[in-house]
Order: sequence, then C-alpha cells, then structure tokens
Amino acid sequence: MIDTVKNAEATPEVSQPFAELGLKAEEYQRIREILGRRPSSAELAMYSVMWSEHCSYKSSKVHLRQFGEKAPKTDALLVGMGENAGVVDIGDGWAVTFKVESHNHPSYVEPYQGAATGIGGIVRDIISMGARPVAVMDPLRFGPADAPDTRRVLPGIVAGVGGYGNCLGLPNIGGEVAFDPSYAGNPLVNALCVGVLRHGDIKLAHASGAGNLVVLFGARTGGDGIGGVSVLASETFDDAKPSKRPAVQVGDPFMEKVLIECCLEIFAADLVVGIQDLGGAGLSCATSELASNGDGGMHVWLDRVPLRDATLRPEEILMSESQERMCAVVEPEKLDDFLGICSKWDVTATVIGEVNESDRLTVEWHGEVICDVPPRTVAHEGPVYERPMARPPDQDALQASDPTSLPRPSTGDELRATLLQMVASPNLSSRSWVTDQYDRYVLGSTVLAQPADAGMVRVDEGSGLGVALATDGNGRYTRLDPYAGAQLALSEAYRNVAVSGAEPLAVTNCLNFGSPEDPAVMWQFAEACRGLADACLKLGVPVTGGNVSFYNQTGEVAINPTPVVGVLGVIGDVTRRTPLASAAGQVLVLLGETRDEFGGSEWAHEMHGHLGGLPPRVDLGAERRLARLLVAGSRDGVLRAAHDVSDGGLAQTLVELALAARTGLRVRLPEGVDPFVALYAESVARAVVAVAADAVESFLTGCADGGVPAAVLGEVGGVTLDVEGLFTVAVSELRTAADATLPALFG
Amino acid sequence: MGPRIGVVTFPGSLDDRDAARAVRLAGGEAVALWHGDEDLRGVDAVVLPGGFSYGDYLRCGAIARFTPVMGPVLERAADGMPVLGICNGFQVLCEAHLLPGALIRNDHRKFNCVDQALRVESTDTVWTNAFASGQDIVVPLKNGEGGYVADDATLDRLEGEGRVVVRYVGDNPNGSYRGIAGIANERGNVVGLMPHPEHAVASLTGPGTDGLGFFASVLTALLHDREWETTRKATDFTHDHETVARA
Repeated sequence: MIDTVKNAEATPEVSQPFAELGLKAEEYQRIREILGRRPSSAELAMYSVMWSEHCSYKSSKVHLRQFGEKAPKTDALLVGMGENAGVVDIGDGWAVTFKVESHNHPSYVEPYQGAATGIGGIVRDIISMGARPVAVMDPLRFGPADAPDTRRVLPGIVAGVGGYGNCLGLPNIGGEVAFDPSYAGNPLVNALCVGVLRHGDIKLAHASGAGNLVVLFGARTGGDGIGGVSVLASETFDDAKPSKRPAVQVGDPFMEKVLIECCLEIFAADLVVGIQDLGGAGLSCATSELASNGDGGMHVWLDRVPLRDATLRPEEILMSESQERMCAVVEPEKLDDFLGICSKWDVTATVIGEVNESDRLTVEWHGEVICDVPPRTVAHEGPVYERPMARPPDQDALQASDPTSLPRPSTGDELRATLLQMVASPNLSSRSWVTDQYDRYVLGSTVLAQPADAGMVRVDEGSGLGVALATDGNGRYTRLDPYAGAQLALSEAYRNVAVSGAEPLAVTNCLNFGSPEDPAVMWQFAEACRGLADACLKLGVPVTGGNVSFYNQTGEVAINPTPVVGVLGVIGDVTRRTPLASAAGQVLVLLGETRDEFGGSEWAHEMHGHLGGLPPRVDLGAERRLARLLVAGSRDGVLRAAHDVSDGGLAQTLVELALAARTGLRVRLPEGVDPFVALYAESVARAVVAVAADAVESFLTGCADGGVPAAVLGEVGGVTLDVEGLFTVAVSELRTAADATLPALFG
Repeated sequence: MGPRIGVVTFPGSLDDRDAARAVRLAGGEAVALWHGDEDLRGVDAVVLPGGFSYGDYLRCGAIARFTPVMGPVLERAADGMPVLGICNGFQVLCEAHLLPGALIRNDHRKFNCVDQALRVESTDTVWTNAFASGQDIVVPLKNGEGGYVADDATLDRLEGEGRVVVRYVGDNPNGSYRGIAGIANERGNVVGLMPHPEHAVASLTGPGTDGLGFFASVLTALLHDREWETTRKATDFTHDHETVARA
C-alpha cells in the first residue's frame, strides 16, 4: 500500500529505513522537525537523495564559499556559482557556459555505462543553461597501467566516453589520462562540457508564475539508477556489501542527441520560463530545485510520469536516475507550440505538474497526496557540516622524504636512457590509443585538440571568435602539499590556455577526494579549496562552478587528493592561435626559470617510484607574466609554435615538439645548470616557443620588457633530437617508443 | 546562383552542418532536407551525411533507409541525380541497395578517428571528376563500423568496372576488403565514402582542403549539365515555334 501524507500523520510510530537510504539519525530527526511529523516514504526518499553528499554538498559547502568570497572582480561573469553551470561573457554578444563533473563510482562499477552517462549528465547541465553544447573533454585517472583492474576498467571507460560523445556529435578536444597506484580500485572519470549561447538566451532553473505548467520530456522513466546518488556516490566501496550494479544508469545517446536538438528549437522559439535537467536524484531534484528557485510552490501528478516499467513505486519514480530527461516550466498558452516541437523530434512530453502560490511542493499519486514539503528544505536547506580536520600524521615524514637523495643520471648515455624510458612511460607516452577513439572533427570548428596543450573551438565563423579549454590536476603534488597542489593544477591549466594564444578568463573545478568523515582528507580538502580560491584571486580568474566528489577510497585508503581544474580562455580570432607543430628553420626559446625541483615529479615517480618532498614552488606572478607574453605573441604573430613545460620537464616538452613537427631539434642546454635538472625539473611558469630566425632578437627584447626570463635553446630541423654534447635520438625512435606503450597494455 | 545541394538530416545525423558548410565553401547552395520530407525541394543533388541515424539501432542505416525522404532520393538517383553518402550515409546507401555490399564493425573493434591517406582511383564519377586519377589525398576517417565487405564476384566487378572510387593508402584502418574506402554505382552518379571529405575543407579545422574536391566535382558536373540543359531547352523552344508556324 502507498504511504500517504495522511497515513504518515496517523502512524508516527512506524520505523523507517533512513539508515539504508544513507541518512544519519540526526538528519532523519531534522526531517521530522521540519515536517512536524514523520515523513511519508516518498518524502523520505526525496530528502534522502537530496541530502546526500553528492546533491547537498553538506561537507564541502563551508569551504566552497571561498570561491565566491575571494572571487576576483570581473564583468565577464553573467551567471555565477549555484546554477547548473556558470556563464561567461566572451564578447560580441556571445557567452559560453562550461563545467566539469565526476562520474567516478559508477564508472568503477560499470565502466562503459558509468563513463557514458557521465558525459550525458554534464551535457544536459549545459543545455539547461540555454546553450548549444560544442565540445567535451575528459580528465581520466587510473590505477597502475599494468594492474588487472586497470585493464578491466580503462577500455570500457574510454569506449563509453567515445560511444556516448561521438554519438552526440560533440568533438572531444582534450583531457587527461594519468596512472597512479592511489587510483587503483577507484578510477577518476571526470567529464567537461562547454556550450555556446547568445547573452539573451540564458535559461535558469526557476519555476515561476502560478498557473504555469511543469512538463517532463525525453526518455521514459525506468528502474535504472535508483538510489544511485545516495548509495553509490556517498558511500565507500566495501567488499562485504552486495553488488551495486543495479544502481548504475544506462545511457541512450541517440535519445540525448534528439533531446539536444529539440531543446534548442524550443529555446529558439522562446517557449520556456525555466528549465532543469534530470540527473542525480532525478525528479526529486528537478521538481524541488525548480520550486525552490521559483516564487511559489508546485503540485506534481506523479502518476502521469511515462514509465518504462509499470511496476515502479512512487518512491522509485521520484528517485530514478533514468537518463535523457528534462523538466521545463511552460506558460499554458505556449504549451501547444512546445508539444509540437517535441512531436517533430519524436520526443515524449507530458504535463506532470503546475506552479502555484502555495510555497509547498506537493506530489499526488492517483488522487492521494504522498509528499507535502517546503521545497527549500529539500533543495537548498539541507544539513551543513563543519567536519573535523587534522593534518595527516604522515604529512611531515612525507615532506621530509626529499627526492634530492635519489640517484640521478649524469652522463650523456644515462640521460639518453632516461629519456627513452620516460617517453615510453604510461603517464608520458602517446595518448593516441585513447584519443583516436574520440571524434575530434564533428561540428567542423575544432581548431586545436589532442595533443595540443589546450583544446580550441571556433564560436563565430564570421569573426573567428573562439574559446580554448584545458584541464589539469596532479594528485602527487596535492598529496605533498594540498594548498600548493591545487594552485599548481590551476597554474598549469591557465598556462596551457595561454600557450594556445587565448586569454584565460574563468575556472571550473572537479574536486576528487577521499572520505570527508576522515579528518585527514577533510584537511586536504580545506587546504586545496583555500589554495585554489587564493590563486584564482591572484590570477584574476573566477570559479564559475564545479563539482565535489568525496568517498574516493577503497577501504581506509583514500586516493591522492586530486582537484582537477578547468580553465576557459577567449581568443578574438582563432586563425591567430599558436599551434604545437613548429617548422624547420625556426628558433626555439625557453621561457621561465628552472630550479632543482623534483618533489612529486614524473621522474621520481617513473624512475624511482618515489613520492616525497615538496612540489615545485608556486609562482603566480611569473605565470601571469608568461601568459601575457604568450597571448601577445599569438596576437602579433611572432610565436609560430609553443608548448608548455610540465610533467616530465623540458625533456618531455622537446620530445613532444619533435613528434608534433615530425622534425628534429638541435638543442644547447643553458650553461651553468646541471643538464639533468635542466631536462627533468618540473619548475612552473615555463614554456618553449618557436619564432622565426629574424624575429629572435626583438622577441628576446620583448621578453625582457615583460619580465619573462628567456634563453635561446636551439633550432628546429633534421631528423634527430640532438642535445649538444650529451646525446642524440632519432625522431623515429621517439615515435616508436611513445606510440607502443598504451596499445601494448590495452590492445 | 550555384547549384542547389540538399543535405538530409535524419534523427541522429551529426555531420549535416559540416556537409552544408562544405557545399557552401565549394560554391554551391546548401538546402536542408528533413527525413520526413516527401519532396526534395528542387535540389540538383543530395548528400546523406555522417552520424548515427536512429542511434545505429538494428543496423547502421537500416532504419533511415525507410524514411519518407528516401523515396524521392531513390527515384531521382535512378534518373541520374548525383547522390553522395558519407560514412553513415554510405551505410544508408548500401541498406537502400543503391550501392552493393555492406559496412561492418571495424576489425579491431574500436571507434577510430584518424587523418587518413587515400588514393583516388576513379575520376569518372560526378563526385570525383576534380581529382587526378591516382591522386593521394588526406581526409579524416572516423567510424566504428567502416569495414567494407562484399562477395568476391561483386568486388571483382567493382574493380573491373572502375567503381572503386577511393582506396586506403598504408595500413588498412578497419579491415575493409581490398582496402576499399568508397565506391560508385554503375552510372557514377551515386557514391558512398567512409572517410569524411566535409572535415577536410579548411586547414584551420582539418588536415587540409583535399575534401573540397568532392564537392567541387559535383558542382562542375551540375553546371556542365545545366549549360547542356539550357541549350536543349532553347532548341526545343525553336522546334515548338516551327510547329506552331507550320500549323
């Protein structure tokens, strides 16, 4: 029988399974206080998913506030944090919206569908803002490359990202693939989407205007993903518990593609008052957030929801995370036009509710009221925790374990052998095995994609206006120093955008951490948020939105804290972009300063399996000066090619430059620096650029004026990477070494 | 005004805007056609673009082949109207039996997106007359089910009649029999291509501009036909006059 509100009032003593739904006893008690009675089972379902860590940000909220409080002054932000995604002004009446989200746990349980629906969810967030999605990126992290579980999850995750994104017709323009033992059993699958819209087209998730209708459209509701939020995203995996496979959603990218086109046609005809996608927490989230953001209440006839499985109970319908669904608020006189467009695209659309003046969210099931709640208490006034924090007990020992004592290569032969091993390492080798499974050409506006430092798409075919995006994160740096590690992730993404010639404008982040109930993890989280907010302020790039993913751990062992930072930049004319590929005869110049910095480096990791010491010193002033020079150099055409220096140091940058140009490089390392340090240190704020031979002198003057250290490194040409006085490697040998690794591991 | 080239949008078509852009860059007028249309809005040629029509459900192209728009496409193709199917469009043409053979899952079982070297083997089609025979070009290839298969007799006939339009150069990227990347019908007005010429129309956004040749070819062929048509109509008009005068 159905547990109605009346029944709940009459039977206060009934014991309810709040713990199984992921609620703590005090949270359940608070629901009883809000309602003045016990919740009905439908209300309990709704509160349990909306008050889950994933939906309520209850452990992170107090730290995330800094992103707003410390935000740099900017006129570029049209919509800030708190909506489905932030919206940034890029000029000429154009705006872009972008966001990165995690789908870590579902991808571990069911790699293909978990990754696929991760793309699907972030794309619907972007559509909800009124934008046309134009590109996706996917930062991925796995356990050791040769671990059996990595072989189980990686091919499926990559195929899922490709299978869904390719079928939606969205170019995949970049991302990351990294391996580290800390992600064993807990891969990180983050997905970023960027969309484009005109200023006037911004849509928000507001249900306003009594009498307006609530329309559910898209796929039918099924039993997939029920409890996904509370059970999957908010609890640690534990072998003792039963399989959680049924809680993973199944995606239908064809439905989503049709839904995108249908939504865009509806937006163009100006037929909605507000719109919200159905993702985590399904209808519970969509109805409560729309009502909470509106000016009144909402009544929902839940029995009108079209179902894939007629046996679903009302609680399950409220919690289902079936994919490819949207919820719109439509004025009654526009309903026919709205339904007409849905019918053109063969999209099922059903009026399931109405906005009213009640201030309550009421849900009816075959004539009986099963929910009667104040919507704000569900959507926005959930619990907030100030979790205890403590510096991890091993932090001091970790930082004291200095990598300077590790044996270093010094002779030419040793440096050559190191180079070849590093080039072929899982973290530095060619990503083509992964990225060739993604369509980077569809939509015809991809200007830069992998292996470029940043992805770039053209927004306006007339003017050439475009945007660039890069995502970066380094769990090892963040483990050694969370405050600095988060800043280093931002530094690198900011630098990568500038390398492409675009001016960095705004930030999104996906904060992947262990359990917030572990004080050591909470300390890492707090430090990372503080570091990121401080750095955003200094670099003048506001955070526009993002996502927190907690409980990334297996048993008691948390992953390396991994804030993944996405930076968006704007470029006035994409034909001025700086490519990765240089050409013979051009002169290479190293920008920035190299120090003996190896803590958390790729070299220490790959050659010694060592993690200790301190990460490279953050220098935001130097990053800002470097970016200014790179953007100006792109605009005035002096830079013919550029590549940043980061993981694997200058050596890896040179290798990637040679591979991209399919040409050799002749390099003389700067005098007075130990060749090993020059080649492998990971000091920040550095890049290698290529300029025409006759422009070198004036370029060096410009560098001096801009406060950027610069040194001529050599020139492009020949068929070998030639480091003068030390070693020579044929470009073909580098190609073979770089290309073989991932296919050998994953087929 | 240049010739009018229709680009069909099926539910799930993805490269329809790209194909339209390629038509415009080559100098033609792109006309959007909807899968539910029963007429072709007076277009001179039709492109069936890439994508995942109907989600590739059942078999790639199997459902799109039954849409209303395919009725007039089949009829006019039989009369010689140029039709180009790219990737999913090629699959639709095979399902519709405008072209022989079929496209199956890549032999390596993965989706593959690469800049592919191709050799143009036949320039006797309305879609390839702008190329030199044996010309090597680079065009993006991106598909999960691009393996071209047919029985030996069909393959021998295609080869013998010069209907293998483009072939893969270097490693076979998907297990296609005899490295076949594109074929034509007997008359040379219907061509199916697995690679995507609409993604090689500008060096800013693709590996080069080799793809433009396919669209330039059809425009040349249509303009040539149009001149011929105009001459013919003028002649017919004179004949009619003579008839009237005699009466």
